[in-house]
Amino acid sequence: MAMTMTEKVLARHSGAKSVVAGDNVWVNVDVLMTHDICGPATIGIFEEEFGKNAKVFDPDKVVIVPDHYIFTADTKSHRNLEILRDFAKRHQIRYFYDADFVKGEGVPKPYLSAAQTAFKGVCHVALAENGHDRPGEVLIGTDSHTCTAGAFGEFATGVGNSDAAFVMGTGKLWLKVPATMRFDFVGPVPPYIMGKDLILHTIGLIGTDGATYRAMEFAGEALMSLNIDERMTLTNMAIEAGGKNGIIAPDALALAYVRGRTKKSFEPVFNDADASYFSRTTIDVSKLEPTVAQPHSPDKAATARSLKQVKIDRSYIGSCTGGKVTDFIAAACVLKGRTVKIDTYIVPATTSVDMALDAVKVEGQSLRQIFQAAGCKIGPASCAACLGGPADTFGRANAAINVISTTNRNFPGRMGSKEAGVFLASPLTVAATALTGHVTDPREYYSGAKAVGLVQ
Amino acid sequence: MEPRITGKVFVLGDNIDTDQIIPAEYLSYNPALPEERRQFGRLALSGVPLAQSGLPKGNCRFVQEGKFKTDYAVILGGKNFGCGSSREHAPLAIAEAGVKVVVAEFYARIFYRNSINGGYLVPLETPSRLVEQFSTGDEVEVDLAAPAITNRTTGKSFALSPLGQAGPIILAGGVFEYARKTGLLAR
Repeated sequence: MAMTMTEKVLARHSGAKSVVAGDNVWVNVDVLMTHDICGPATIGIFEEEFGKNAKVFDPDKVVIVPDHYIFTADTKSHRNLEILRDFAKRHQIRYFYDADFVKGEGVPKPYLSAAQTAFKGVCHVALAENGHDRPGEVLIGTDSHTCTAGAFGEFATGVGNSDAAFVMGTGKLWLKVPATMRFDFVGPVPPYIMGKDLILHTIGLIGTDGATYRAMEFAGEALMSLNIDERMTLTNMAIEAGGKNGIIAPDALALAYVRGRTKKSFEPVFNDADASYFSRTTIDVSKLEPTVAQPHSPDKAATARSLKQVKIDRSYIGSCTGGKVTDFIAAACVLKGRTVKIDTYIVPATTSVDMALDAVKVEGQSLRQIFQAAGCKIGPASCAACLGGPADTFGRANAAINVISTTNRNFPGRMGSKEAGVFLASPLTVAATALTGHVTDPREYYSGAKAVGLVQ
Repeated sequence: MEPRITGKVFVLGDNIDTDQIIPAEYLSYNPALPEERRQFGRLALSGVPLAQSGLPKGNCRFVQEGKFKTDYAVILGGKNFGCGSSREHAPLAIAEAGVKVVVAEFYARIFYRNSINGGYLVPLETPSRLVEQFSTGDEVEVDLAAPAITNRTTGKSFALSPLGQAGPIILAGGVFEYARKTGLLAR
């Protein structure tokens, strides 16, 4: 029976020879990820259902990544970190990336360097960087953007606390095998186009419910010409079209990335030649324009050019989908030697991205120097204002302002105030807009010869 | 679960995402602690922009200021109810406010799973769009067995989609009870 990658992973993990879309299967989970806002409740359900002294199914397969509410004075958020610490200690969780600098009251002082803290930052990028994303595996997380890990050819999806508690106790989860919608990106990638443009365009085509209950597979030579950061931008946002998972076949680049970060063996899977798809769509990337999703929905796509009259009060570059090294290189290419006209926030996804702000240079200057000289505000690694968070969160929109952001979601209230309007765009577009105060096509400020995210 | 739910209906539009159901700033409340769990009832649907809260007129609060329970018995929504984040706090908040049945055209996947696996809500689906057939405050009856929804204010009745494969989990009261019933977990 011919299968898609998604079907193959689920077949292998359910002990079935083959599965077809629509089958309900119990799968064995390779990695369960939770964080500071869903972890405490997950632990509560786990202890209620399995008993206070129950053991997790495998302490090496439960990965705990505090990342959401870290740099806040909110005492309940501090308390939630304590719950995670206590749990990690009692269960000897091997991969607990503690925000160990959070001690006592008030807004914690950030880590000084990545080397001095166990903290990593935003879970989806941290999972990849630390070798937890592996081809052919099943990764379940208490966060809707867990689908990011599909960039490495695995089945990864977000669940709630009850499902996570169930996995914590049993290592298993029931899943309905999704049919696959395949998107082939073809043509050369123009210099001004990024992964974010590809996915915003795609969501604009099919809508925020266009892939509900389905797998979104991204393929094609244009996509595969982009680096890992860029591919993760696409799989991250499968959920914004309602997708259960996003997936990309692992090529030599992806396999080398993973092998460089884990000693664990894994077995990649690939589509059978005659696998059947729910739908196939081909998108000619050479014809795309810089794309913006307007408030209040990720599917309200328009060209940046057509929104020139829209006044913007704030630019924000950060999050699991838009706070990776490539995202900051893109922003730096636009901002170098220029000054921002509106408040511009820079939030690296992880401590390792934060360190890259110093290590990576564009035309002789570090990313950090470029951002500082341009007048940006730079914060420590975390989810920060992507999801609003406590009122004292760095970059949170606390009033009825227009924000242009590299994040992934713009429903009402997503970045704080429900009166704020959030526009989603690539870091090139967000940086160009930072220079003008109105939605700006990056072609006005970026004239590089090739796409920022192309594999070097 | 009572086979018939009667009371007032609260009507919402399309794409009611989990930030509108329970804004992220409240996620530091830990539902595992009873006093904090209660807060979710007070805050349920507090992120819905007022103009869209309680259609068709809007400007209607789901939970009155200072209260922890809603005066409504049923929520009726349009397409893609519960889209957005995976926070289980969303169905939990609706349930804490006292609503156990939501009727919508269709749901975002994770919200649907959370509703049934956590045993919070019965998420019923409508074969056709019903949002315009009901006004917030109309008296309704939901018959879970049929399943059907009747607008007692207008007298109109509408068949709802069968629960399908999720039925046994809903009837068991969640994924843990279901797994115990089917022998996957020890009792």
